[in-house]
Amino acid sequence: MDERLKRVAEIAEEHHCAGANLIAIMQEIQSEFKYLSEQDLTLVAEKLGISTAKVYSVATFYENFSLEPKGKHIIKVCAGTACHVRKSGPIYDAIHDYLELKGKSKTSADGLFTLETVACLGACGLAPVMTIDGEVHAKMTPESAVELLKEIRAKESAE
Amino acid sequence: MAKGIMYIDGQRVPFDGEKNVLAVIRKAGIDMPTFCYYSELSVFGACRMCVVEDEKGKIDASCSMEPRDGMKIRTNTARLLKHRRMILELMLASHCRDCTTCEKSGECHLQELALRFGVRKVRFADTRPQYELDDSTHAIVRDPNKCILCGDCIRVCEEMQGMGILNFAHRGSDLQVTPAFNKKLSETSCVNCGQCAAACPTGAITVYNEIGRAWRALHNPNTRVVVQIAPAVRVAVGEAFGLEPGTNTLDKLVSTLKIMGADEVYDTTFGADLTVMEEAAEFLDRLKKGGPFPMFTSCCPAWIKYLEKENPKYLKNISSCKSPMQMFGAVLKDLYQKKDAEDGRTTFHIAIMPCTAKKVEAGRPEFRHDDVPDVDLVLTTQEVINMIKESGILFAEIEGESPDLPFGMGTGAAAIFGASGGVAEAVARRVVEDKSKNTLQAIQFSGVRGDDAIRAVSLPVGEHMVHIAVVHGLVNAKKLIADIEAGLEYYDLVEVMTCKTGCVGGAGQPHGLTPVKKQRAAGLYEADRAALIKRSERNPLVQEMLETTLKGRTHELLHVSYTGEKK
Repeated sequence: MDERLKRVAEIAEEHHCAGANLIAIMQEIQSEFKYLSEQDLTLVAEKLGISTAKVYSVATFYENFSLEPKGKHIIKVCAGTACHVRKSGPIYDAIHDYLELKGKSKTSADGLFTLETVACLGACGLAPVMTIDGEVHAKMTPESAVELLKEIRAKESAE
Repeated sequence: MAKGIMYIDGQRVPFDGEKNVLAVIRKAGIDMPTFCYYSELSVFGACRMCVVEDEKGKIDASCSMEPRDGMKIRTNTARLLKHRRMILELMLASHCRDCTTCEKSGECHLQELALRFGVRKVRFADTRPQYELDDSTHAIVRDPNKCILCGDCIRVCEEMQGMGILNFAHRGSDLQVTPAFNKKLSETSCVNCGQCAAACPTGAITVYNEIGRAWRALHNPNTRVVVQIAPAVRVAVGEAFGLEPGTNTLDKLVSTLKIMGADEVYDTTFGADLTVMEEAAEFLDRLKKGGPFPMFTSCCPAWIKYLEKENPKYLKNISSCKSPMQMFGAVLKDLYQKKDAEDGRTTFHIAIMPCTAKKVEAGRPEFRHDDVPDVDLVLTTQEVINMIKESGILFAEIEGESPDLPFGMGTGAAAIFGASGGVAEAVARRVVEDKSKNTLQAIQFSGVRGDDAIRAVSLPVGEHMVHIAVVHGLVNAKKLIADIEAGLEYYDLVEVMTCKTGCVGGAGQPHGLTPVKKQRAAGLYEADRAALIKRSERNPLVQEMLETTLKGRTHELLHVSYTGEKK
C-alpha cells in the first residue's frame, strides 16, 4: 500500500471506522490530499464496512468534495449577492472559456488552474471579487481576470 | 403492533399490525399507486404517489404513516389527484417516451399509471442530458434515461443481497442511480442476480434480451435445437397465461416449444440428478478426508461470482460439481458430436432458466470447448413467455406432451432443486444410509424446508453427525459466513441460493412477490410428491449413463474448478 492509502487508513481508524463519521473522514482526506481519489474512497468503504456506491453517493452529493485532482492554482470567483449583481457571472464565464473547461471538469487540461465559485468572501464592498490561491483580487472585470491568469501562466512556463 | 379502526374515504377499516397506512388502504380494497414502495424492503417515501389527505387538509405519504386508532383519511380528493397527475407528468417529462419499442412495454409501471391517471400531454421540455446505456454484463441492461429515481434497485441490492452495487450519485436535477464512480456493472462486484431488474418499475434496468438469437436458431434448418427446462420455470410460465402460480406446466411447455421449432426438449432435472450423485460422492469423500468444510453447493452462478469477486478464500470450499445446467450441456454436447457429424446439422443448445446469472455462466470460458459453449443460449422464463405470446400459441389450452428421452427424466429430488432447501434435501436423501420412507419424511420435516433465512439441520451419516445449513438471499449468506468465522456456527454442508426463496424467485421469472414465489415452490414439492422416483440414485437413465458413457469421464465432463478473478 502506498503512503497515501496508509494515511487514508489511519484517518479512517482515527475516526473509529464509524459510518457516522464518513463525512468527517472524507473532509480530512481532502484537506490533506486536496481531493478524494477512487482508491481513497474504495479503501474508506472497506474500512467502514459500507458499500463503495454509498461512499460515492455521499461524496458526489456535496459540492465541496472534489473527486478529481485540483490544479496548482485555485481560483474562486465570488457568486455572493453583491458580486452577482455587479456581474461576477461573466467573469466566471470568461475564465471558464479561457481555461477551455469542458463538461463538469473544473480543472484546466494542463493541471495549472481549478475554477470554483464561493458563496461570499465578506468583501462585498470590493465586488466583484475573486481569489487566486487565497489572495483577494478586487473589482474585477472579465478582461482583467483573464489577464491575471495569463500572467500566472507566463510565469509558470518561464520557470 | 398497533390495533384499531381507521376511516378511509368514510369506510371503517380495522387494522391489526399493518406497518403503515398504505397497507391498510390496500387491505380496504383501494389500489393505491406507488413507485418506490416495495413491501419487502424498507420504506423510502420518495415518489409521493401514495399521498393521502387528513381531515385538516394535511397531505402526507401513506407509506410513511403509522396507522392510529380513529385516524380519518381520504385517498382520492381533487388535490390528491392533481398531485399524482403532476408527479406523473414531471416524471414523464424527463423520461424516454419511446414506449412501443421499450423492453418493458406492457409491464412498465410508469406506463400503467400514466394510462390510469389519464396523462395525455406533457407540458415540460426534457432538459436532461442523455446517459450511456450499460449492457456490459449480458445479464442486465441499465438505461439511466428511463430511471425515475425510486431507488427500488438500490434497496434490493443492499437489503436483499447485501451487495450495494448501486446507489444515488450527485444531487438535484443531476441525481442518478449508478454504481460507484459511474462504472459499468461488469467492472463492479455485481453478481448478475438481476433482482434490481425484477424490482425496477420502468425499463431502466431490464434483463438482457436474447430472443432474436433463439428465433434464428429455431428457424435455421441446419440447426438442431435442443432445449433443457429448469425446474423453477415450469411452475411460473403459466402465470402469464392465467394459470395459478405453482401450476406445473412442463408438458405444455414441451409441446409449445416443439411447435415453435425445437427438435428435442429435455428436462434439467436430469442434470440435477447427475449433480446430486456427484455432489453427494464429493461430500462423502470430504467426510472421509476431513474437509474442507463447509462444502458450499455450486448450483448458483451468482453465488460463485460473489465468492470469486468478494471472498475468494472460500473458492476451495465450493463443490467442484458444475451446475445442473452446465452438467447437462457438457454431456449433451459431448454425445451429440457424433450425431452432428452423421447428419451434418449443428446442435444448438438452449437452456430455459429462471435466472439472469445463468446467461453469464453459460458464457464462461470454463464451459466452452473449442470456443463453442456447452450451452449456446440461456433464455429466461420471461423471454420464453414473450416468445410464446409472439407465436400466438394458446398456452393455457394446449395439450401437453412429456419431455423426450433419454434426458427428459428426472427424479423428485431433482425437481425440488428450484426451491430454497431443495438441493440440500436432495443430497441428504442420497447420503443417508437408511432409505426408508420414514427417513425421507424425517428429512422433509427436519427444517430443511421453510422460509427462515438460515435453516440448519443435523442428520446422521455413518458415524458422523452431519450439520447442514440452507441459506437464501445473499445478505443472509454473508451473515452465515460471518457466523462461521466468528466461531458461532459450524456446518459441514451449506446450500446457498442467491435469490430469496431460491430459483423460483429468480429474476428471470415473471414479476411476483414472496407469496407467489412460495406458491411456485409448493408446485415443485407437489411434483416431488407425485414423482415415482424420489432419489437421484434411482434414476435409471442417470445410473446407466454413469456406468457407460460417463465412466472414467465424470471429472472431465461434470466437474470444474473456479480459480477466481480479480475484483
